[in-house]
Amino acid sequence: MTAPALDAPRARPALVDGWLVAAALAVVAAYVRAMLFTPPEATQGLAQKIYYLHLPAALNAYLAFGVVAITSIVYLWLKDPRADRVAESSAEVGLLFTTVVLTTGPIWGKPIWGTWWTWDARLTLTLFLWFIYAGYLVLRGAITEPDMRARYSAVLGVLGALLIPFIHMSVYLFRTLHPMPIVLKPERPSLPGEMLTTLLFSFAAFVLVYLALVRARYRYAVERDALALRDAEGR
Amino acid sequence: MSDVALPGMLQAAWLVARKDLAIEFRTRTAFFSAIVFALLGLTIFYFAWDPTAVSSLDLAPGVLWVVFTFSGLLGLQRSFGVEQAGRAMDALLAAPVDREAIYLGKAFANVLFVIGVQVIALPAVALFYNISLGAVALPLAAIAVLAAIGIVAVGTLFSSMAVNTRLAELLLPMLSLPFFVPIVIAAAGTTSRLLAGRPIAEAWPWLRILLGFDLVFTVACALAFPYTLDE
Repeated sequence: MTAPALDAPRARPALVDGWLVAAALAVVAAYVRAMLFTPPEATQGLAQKIYYLHLPAALNAYLAFGVVAITSIVYLWLKDPRADRVAESSAEVGLLFTTVVLTTGPIWGKPIWGTWWTWDARLTLTLFLWFIYAGYLVLRGAITEPDMRARYSAVLGVLGALLIPFIHMSVYLFRTLHPMPIVLKPERPSLPGEMLTTLLFSFAAFVLVYLALVRARYRYAVERDALALRDAEGR
Repeated sequence: MSDVALPGMLQAAWLVARKDLAIEFRTRTAFFSAIVFALLGLTIFYFAWDPTAVSSLDLAPGVLWVVFTFSGLLGLQRSFGVEQAGRAMDALLAAPVDREAIYLGKAFANVLFVIGVQVIALPAVALFYNISLGAVALPLAAIAVLAAIGIVAVGTLFSSMAVNTRLAELLLPMLSLPFFVPIVIAAAGTTSRLLAGRPIAEAWPWLRILLGFDLVFTVACALAFPYTLDE
């Protein structure tokens, strides 16, 4: 991609983004703590270590989609393009986190449940979250006009949030009436203190990853919109 | 926005619906293709399973609802597709009616379309899958109507969005199908209980999901509809 000729010299974005570096270091630190300084779980052994990746990613995916819903409402209300850019960035990062959840889950499920995938309610719900926000991003990609793109995706962002409780109810009902003939996910034991600390540490690290990625993605959206505006004016 | 009284709005909605139904009645293209599509689907599904291993009673509810949702999409695609010729949508928007009335009218025509497909496809399922519907016809019809309302509420809104994008034919199913999931799960669950001769009370939790979905999404989509219009 060739850089467009700019009228005024602009500050080049730094090659190394401080936020991303900090987030990466925090994740590494959380994992060093998880692997070396947290006792292994009694029955699951090392397989349980993926928990410190899986759960924080899942919680942050919910956080990300919550942000999409809120900024979508804000956009429909105030028509502020910044809200749309946050929604766009948060949806993309949320989809990434959901992908992490859907990848780490089966890796843990194979040794512990004996199967890569099962139509457990929580798994099904996560898969549909992935579909909804994948559709959201495809919709964004299918519209070139910025104002229309923002309005349409805000509508979908709000409706998607309304849909989640309905999918939740229907898949739980489905499962309770049709128990799966495989090892179901056991009730999560109350975590011992050391594990809980590691989990919270890892969660904080993932929040930092979320913020750093959304910030980077938001800056990209700002540049892209500015460039599009310049192209439109140049014509 | 709506200083028009509710009867006026319903009247306007009915005019929009009548216009759509008249177009469909005179051309019959979408309805005919949806019917053929539904029958084709029923046939293909039958051969996708081993009928000696899976009883058709277990198979029918799932097949029925998958076929309904997909053939419904054919009608929804057309709902706003017809307004593109000669930029008819602009004329519709210039009419002195509420935006919500346009949505309700379009949705009403689509509900009739989907129910029309169901009226032909349901007996076809009974015939092809050798199931007697006589005893459960009424509750099944009620579920079919509830499901049709939910499918159309969301689908009409997405149809209005999808026609203005580059990927219209692809985007409508991609956006709609995740929203059809609670409907299909609930409707298929209720249908299989009814066909198995279980009491209707057992299907009540699912019916509640269907009712809640219809209510929430009809209101939400009617409110969201004006945002999908280009003005």
